[in-house]
Amino acid sequence: MPADLRQHRIRISGGRVIDPANKVDAIQDIYVANGKIAALGSAPDGFTTDEEIDAGNQVVCPGLIDVCARLREPGQEHKTTIASESRAAASGGITTLCCPPDTSPVIDTPAVTEFIRLRAEAAGKARIVTLAALTQGLNGEQLSEMAALKKSGCVGVSNAMRPLLNPLVQRRALEYAATFDLTVFLYPNDHWLANNGCAHEGRVATRLGLPGIPEAAETAAVARDLALVEQTGVRAHFCRLTTGRAVQMVARAQYDGAPVTADVATPYLYLSEVDISDFDSQCHLLPPLRTVEDRQRLRDALQTGTLSAICSDHQPHEADAKLGPFPSTEPGISGLDSLLPMGLQLVNEQAIALPDLIHRLTAGPANILGLPYGTLSLGASADICIFDPEMPWQLTTASMQSRGHNTPFLGREFKGRVTHTLLDGNRVYSLS
Amino acid sequence: MSRDNLQIDSNGQLRHFLSISGLNRQLLTDILDTAESFAGVTEQTVKKVPLLRGKTIVNLFFEASTRTRTTFELAAKRLSADVLNINITQSSAAKGETLLDTLRNLEAMHVDMFVVRHADSGAAHFIATNIAPHVSVINAGDGSHSHPTQAMLDMFTIRRVKGPDFGRLRVAIVGDIMHSRVARSQIHALNLLNTGEVRIVAPKTLIPAHAETLGTHVFHDLQEGIKDADVIIMLRLQRERMLGALLPSEHEYFELFGLTEDKLAFASPDVTVMHPGPINRGVEMDSEVADGPRSVILEQVTHGIAVRMAVMSMAMSPRETAAEQPHAS
Repeated sequence: MPADLRQHRIRISGGRVIDPANKVDAIQDIYVANGKIAALGSAPDGFTTDEEIDAGNQVVCPGLIDVCARLREPGQEHKTTIASESRAAASGGITTLCCPPDTSPVIDTPAVTEFIRLRAEAAGKARIVTLAALTQGLNGEQLSEMAALKKSGCVGVSNAMRPLLNPLVQRRALEYAATFDLTVFLYPNDHWLANNGCAHEGRVATRLGLPGIPEAAETAAVARDLALVEQTGVRAHFCRLTTGRAVQMVARAQYDGAPVTADVATPYLYLSEVDISDFDSQCHLLPPLRTVEDRQRLRDALQTGTLSAICSDHQPHEADAKLGPFPSTEPGISGLDSLLPMGLQLVNEQAIALPDLIHRLTAGPANILGLPYGTLSLGASADICIFDPEMPWQLTTASMQSRGHNTPFLGREFKGRVTHTLLDGNRVYSLS
Repeated sequence: MSRDNLQIDSNGQLRHFLSISGLNRQLLTDILDTAESFAGVTEQTVKKVPLLRGKTIVNLFFEASTRTRTTFELAAKRLSADVLNINITQSSAAKGETLLDTLRNLEAMHVDMFVVRHADSGAAHFIATNIAPHVSVINAGDGSHSHPTQAMLDMFTIRRVKGPDFGRLRVAIVGDIMHSRVARSQIHALNLLNTGEVRIVAPKTLIPAHAETLGTHVFHDLQEGIKDADVIIMLRLQRERMLGALLPSEHEYFELFGLTEDKLAFASPDVTVMHPGPINRGVEMDSEVADGPRSVILEQVTHGIAVRMAVMSMAMSPRETAAEQPHAS
């Protein structure tokens, strides 16, 4: 980063500053210098402003942190690239993205971590952190070199969506991760019970004749995972819970003091099994969309904090990936563009208070990932998202910044739009 | 796009035939009535009518089939259409061509109708959504979702044997409901035609989740399930169900759910026995029952031609209107 930009001094004036980590919610100015937060409220002594951003009638909060976004690079650059998706993140107010290890090649050597770091730096629009593979090649057999991977910058370990069929391998992988104080990111899905299904095993899948994934595929996996977390003492994070029962199990474990956290992805807070009724492949997700009751319980758990992060679970695709009979299409939604707008809709529906929403998008995920970001504390990196909570706009293929246009929310009207994004004090996005 | 308006045009006419759900009772009755008029044709010495002369129909089968494909072919020929059979399992799919590419290529040959069978649920719906507006799509079976012409030929058979009042009928469907597109379509059709009671009978491993929401009573005991039944529809049991730990053996299945003369005594005295074929003799039913006086299994096959003629001609007829009104939705 050029030194002159580092020296750049910015005053963000008149915005409603919400910094949940410091329990701040007030209209005040923010002063940025040398890429860091220099002051809140009144200017530090001798502060001269190089640039002023008028944030009147807008919300100023820490840059958002997305605990799961697939950027498709390396390996699937025909879908998207680190450059294209970093740009999309910046326009969505997201300053830190966490990339799971199921790239191609898999993130199981420091070389891949390094490659992603260099590409992210070249793009310069968002900070990208990585999870390392828990097992080599994600094959669920041999442990990866977790110590070396941690040294190369990985913030946690995960086997992504690939199964750990052997519980003994899982136990040892968790123990080994605990040795190096690495958080294990678990995707609770019992491979055998899921049985290659593509929809929630419920009334809609029954009517459509789609192979079902029962609720027990998630709850049985959570039960096994919790038993092994207790056995090994590892810190664990449950990725993408979808069922009310699994949430209840995690809440119970948290109450009992287990070192576990969990997140939810935006689509699961809005959609349900009902949305696949017309074989809409844009609603083909894994894990699958569950029942309307499950959706309500996810919303409740987000509000109480059992689920401490909302992520986009960004899975951008080329158009062809969704053009086929439902079971043959690739699962996933392109979610970076709609992460904050869909969160704000929860606020509009009074499902969550605005500061709590911001927490689940900043301090919550920062805590899960063990990162010093997601806050406007003095001296913290000046990662800042400024949005106009009232500005209406429409999600269209033209307004989407991600190169993946696969989303069932195309055409939806949103209220609330990001106007500026700062990363380390540099303006990486402004709404033109 | 909802399936309702995908199958039916703005005049309430059949546009595609993808699934029973999304249709209405009147339309089902129209199909049965039209099939009745064609049943006469198929019994004449000259078995052709010129309704679809000059039209090209492609039988696009991504899954092996003998009787469904054959009866569709015969139905198309008796309507004087040109028929092309394409077995994709052996051609494009093996070369890595996508389903959409295959369709676009065939569409470029100015085809008027696709009759499609595919292993994925929703395949026919997908094709109908993505095809040129002048092409009709008839679903000849998609995954475990739907097989609407089979259901209609079964309704046709029931109506011929039992008369038009379905309200007084108790119909029991026995076997692998879970994986059966036939059962799902039959259940929808029976309910649309106001059947008195629709039952499904199988061990729990072969009953899908929340099956009662399809509009059925669920039984796990054959004798209870067929008690006083007027119609019993036996489903084919695939051998691979043993491998998937759904059933212990064909032997035990036949013991518990196989239809024999003895067990038929629990049903109504004038019960009619049906099967979509092909039968596994000694697994779903005894030969004695399959070939016995209550069985209408071969009539079902014959009726398949008339019903498919009806559906094809009905789905093809509004195409002319659509051409005159290009902006009709």
